[in-house]
Amino acid sequence: MAGFILRRIGQAVIVVVGVTLVTFLLEHLIPGSLAHAILGTRASPGAIAAFNRSNGLDHPLVEQYAAFLGRLAAGNLGYSYRLNQSVDSLVLHQLPNDVLLVGAALALALLIAVPLGIAQAVHRNRAIDHVATSATFALYSMPSYWLAILLIAGLSIGLHAFPAEAPQAATVGGLLASPRGLVLPVLTLTLVNVALFSRYMRAAAIATLAEDYVRVARAKGLPARLVLSRHVLRNSLISVTTLVGLSFPAVLTSGLIVEYVYNVPGVGLTYYTAAVNADYPVELGITVLVGVVTVLGNLFADLAYAALDPRIRYE
Amino acid sequence: MSDGLRAADSTPAPGLARPAPPGADRLDRPLQHGRPVRAGRARVLRAFAGQRLGLAGLALIALFTLCCFVGPLVYHTDQVHANIQLTNLPPGPGRPLGTDSNGYDILGRLLVGGQSTLEIGFAVALLATALGMVWGAISGLAGGLADAVMMRVVDIALAIPAIFLLIFLSSVLRPTTGLLILVLSLLSWLGPARLVRGETLSLRTREFVEAVTVMGGRRLRVVARHLIPNAFGVIVVSATFQVADAIILLATLSFLGFGLPPPAATWGGMLSQGTTYLLDGYWWEVYPAGFAIMLTVIAFNLVADALAASLDARQRAG
Repeated sequence: MAGFILRRIGQAVIVVVGVTLVTFLLEHLIPGSLAHAILGTRASPGAIAAFNRSNGLDHPLVEQYAAFLGRLAAGNLGYSYRLNQSVDSLVLHQLPNDVLLVGAALALALLIAVPLGIAQAVHRNRAIDHVATSATFALYSMPSYWLAILLIAGLSIGLHAFPAEAPQAATVGGLLASPRGLVLPVLTLTLVNVALFSRYMRAAAIATLAEDYVRVARAKGLPARLVLSRHVLRNSLISVTTLVGLSFPAVLTSGLIVEYVYNVPGVGLTYYTAAVNADYPVELGITVLVGVVTVLGNLFADLAYAALDPRIRYE
Repeated sequence: MSDGLRAADSTPAPGLARPAPPGADRLDRPLQHGRPVRAGRARVLRAFAGQRLGLAGLALIALFTLCCFVGPLVYHTDQVHANIQLTNLPPGPGRPLGTDSNGYDILGRLLVGGQSTLEIGFAVALLATALGMVWGAISGLAGGLADAVMMRVVDIALAIPAIFLLIFLSSVLRPTTGLLILVLSLLSWLGPARLVRGETLSLRTREFVEAVTVMGGRRLRVVARHLIPNAFGVIVVSATFQVADAIILLATLSFLGFGLPPPAATWGGMLSQGTTYLLDGYWWEVYPAGFAIMLTVIAFNLVADALAASLDARQRAG
């Protein structure tokens, strides 16, 4: 087990280093040069040379990459020349908002999708299963912004039930001060995740229901409710734990879109704004961060899988 | 090479494969294995034909393709020059779905936008699947260090969600159809690569693959004649899902304003522009584009699901 954990962490480190390499190369993909992009196309050669010198851009690429890694290791994600602020302080301010939004949506999605998937598996091919399968299939095939637009049209413009925009506050406390504004963003993200999770949960529960230990539990007379909670639920949860870890890229993607549509002050919206304004350091800093979060999610999924299921041992 | 031989070479039917005697490579395979392969494919097609939802998806795709590519030849509209005298008109005679804020006819724009959507979707699925197939097969077959390195490359590329990279690239480069196809493919081959590698790992220990190796067949032959044909079903299912994913990704990019620049017609772009008028009640600028995206994605997902189920049926029967 210790060997497996170490090897898996080693792999994750390699992937993180790879992500930094990709990001570093992306920075050099910017047409012209970073100096031109930041100082403007009419910057004098002297100003560009000075910028390159002060930022170490006149060194060989390998040295620049080493310096880049060193900065990242020290928690320095770069500096936004447009906002005149370091990317890490920018991100650090907004990350709690994302944790709130994504965390609430994930928790709600699990609370809905897990029982739903089990109910579908138990009543497989009956009316409730067909309705739920069709609904999640439609949700699954829907781009998240389209779902968001439909919810705004129905619940905000149609019924005037909730505002179409997230509370415009900088902090989590501010966001929570007007919870009605959070309903639509959280609901959108929740539904997107329910579609993803319940399809998976249904399949996992169907597989679990066919296991011998479920048959044994039923044969020895365990009430159906206990068979479901003790055997089906607990065993299906193992695969759902993995799924949550693996779904990080999808969750971050829909997070970005939901933040864009509802104007939620978070890292995703900042990324979008940075892209519109060609604020490359912010884009690259957030890209590294997102990559690291994804890798951690995958790592968590693998380790949780091995820890939760004693039958699973990687050699 | 005759068709019979080619079919024989693929020998997919599980359970039928056994080590062939030396020389069997050239002589009697058409007799021994020719039929099961075809029977297998026919069974998949029959199973697919029995799935109403899959057929409905296929019909929708055919309908959309026909409308988008033939429609504009019959229904002429100007989708390049804005006309400020015709902006935001509701549906009426001569404009079945109204006009948008540039005065473009919405139905005409949907059709033209559908062309590029379907073209890019199909192209990306093909390119990404081909790339992923080759990468995954080589990785799985090579094993050892090469496999580890190749799969870490996939891990690294998967670690950064595609939309972030796409937004960055679009903010740096000016997107064109070709560039979008290339970039979307470069971001989409990772899933197929993992899938084909997995298939390869399970197939390469099977007797008929070992037989080829024992008889001195080269690796390229193993990949081209045995691994890829055997994994073909799984690959087709994945490619169908890829079309749906590429269409969503493309529409998302256009919705965020990083897709093909105007005056190119894109469904995501239409939806994004129409959303501005949601409060004004200009429903015809929002819903047609949104449902076009959704229905197309649903159609491809339905076909992929049905194909996967048909393959399962074959495996159970075989």
